[in-house]
Amino acid sequence: MIRRALGKIYLGIVVLFMYAPIIVLIVLSFNSSKSRVVWGGFTLKWYRTLFESDAIISAFGTTLTLAFLSAAIASVIGLAASLGIYTMRKRNYRIMLFFTNIPLVNADIVTGIALMLWFVRFLELGITSVLIAHITFNIPYVILCILPKLETIDIRQFEAARDLGATGLHAFTRILLPDLVPGIMAGFFMAVTMSMDDFVITYFTKGPGVNTLSTLIYGEIRKGIKPEMYALSSILFLIVLITLLIVYISGRTNNNKSEPADY
Amino acid sequence: MSRKKVQVLSIPYILWVIGFTVIPLLFVFAKASTNAEGDLTLEYLLAIFDPVHRKALLLSIALAFTTSLICVVISYPVALILKTSKFKNTKIIMFVMILPMWMNFILRILAIQLLISKNGVINHLLSMLNLPSLNIINTPAAIVVGMVYDYLPYMLLPVLNCVLAIPDDIIEAGKDLGAGRLRVFTRILLPLSLSGIGSGITMVFVPSMTEFVIANILGGGKIQLLGNVIEQEFSVSMNWNLGSGLSVALMVFVLITTFLFGHDSSGSNRNFVL
Repeated sequence: MIRRALGKIYLGIVVLFMYAPIIVLIVLSFNSSKSRVVWGGFTLKWYRTLFESDAIISAFGTTLTLAFLSAAIASVIGLAASLGIYTMRKRNYRIMLFFTNIPLVNADIVTGIALMLWFVRFLELGITSVLIAHITFNIPYVILCILPKLETIDIRQFEAARDLGATGLHAFTRILLPDLVPGIMAGFFMAVTMSMDDFVITYFTKGPGVNTLSTLIYGEIRKGIKPEMYALSSILFLIVLITLLIVYISGRTNNNKSEPADY
Repeated sequence: MSRKKVQVLSIPYILWVIGFTVIPLLFVFAKASTNAEGDLTLEYLLAIFDPVHRKALLLSIALAFTTSLICVVISYPVALILKTSKFKNTKIIMFVMILPMWMNFILRILAIQLLISKNGVINHLLSMLNLPSLNIINTPAAIVVGMVYDYLPYMLLPVLNCVLAIPDDIIEAGKDLGAGRLRVFTRILLPLSLSGIGSGITMVFVPSMTEFVIANILGGGKIQLLGNVIEQEFSVSMNWNLGSGLSVALMVFVLITTFLFGHDSSGSNRNFVL
């Protein structure tokens, strides 16, 4: 009994540690004092002024555009690459996986610097250079989500469709693609998450005047963070929370029977 | 459709890898092995052995090691508690662990700063309880707190996956054959969870060793990790050759650690579990 209780207290402390900073940020979004240390009473004004602060709104737009565009392009290149890699023989397969792992294993700071050194040769640093950088670190996540799915697919169905006269493209869209959709979706959302969360690589590859939310916040640290930023982050956090809850609940009702013991 | 035809599909990716992964890295090596005039030199590649840089490297390694260790110590009991409890809904657990990552990373670190600073929330609570105050802001300890906070999910996920996958039958069998709690732990649980701990360590050690943002915010700009030194060479001192030389050194250390810890994580134990 005591062991159980102690266990629960321990889990509670770990969860508190993980969520304390988030609670702080949400509380700050309702603080009418601009100072981070003084509580000036409850207010909703930052949620109203949020839509008038151009710097934050434009950085938010850049962040979203970069995230979805880079994830979409990475998904297309990554899907095509996965199909190709899947049919390769062992040696080439290994070589491709080695190169796919480089951006994952390498330190972000090195990836950012390397791209920056290369970009300054032929491209003015700006939004395009950041986009290329984000696609570069997103493709590996897409491939690592799709390739395992491909390995589990029964390729004989595809071959049967071909034998019965379907064209390669037709057999692909009708047989392979439906089975791959979960993997593609997982890769896409992983890529969106990674892109939105990135600071270091964006910091090195962006040109002056281009700001994502992360680089905007980093630039404001000395001057003090605008309270509207806390409001925006709280809204985003809430949206993600609700989305994940919906996905979780709908997933639970669907898989109730099909999933005996998870492991 | 022949294999060759399908393989053509990976050509765009191969070109992308060459253009934006391989060539940029070659540029780093090229910058690192030449000086400002473009002559070949070993000066910058060996600059990591200068006392100042060596100190930054050793501090980075020490903090990354401490961070990884603390993450293991926090995560392992969580995994054991969840394994013995009836509550095994892994989806909910994952959900709770991943959700904080959706708050902007820099804002979260600023919130940590607010919690542990001299006039921060924690010190307010401590003084209300008449307890001595916490004075770790702008010290290496504060950086470790921030890194443990930020990278804990990277340790929790693999450790949890690994521990929850250990079949209960084996543990029961061990107990039936007379093993005590300690023996079950050292002979069954621990060996079978090493692969999870190994991949957790790689995922925590590498980013914490190359970190500069957390060190800037929680270290008050006074504590120099290798990441900070490199960042300043690029953004303040504008000595790109030196910055590249140090980056190459950093890459070497990252490769060594992934080789040491990551090698095992492909899972020699996995066959046994399945």
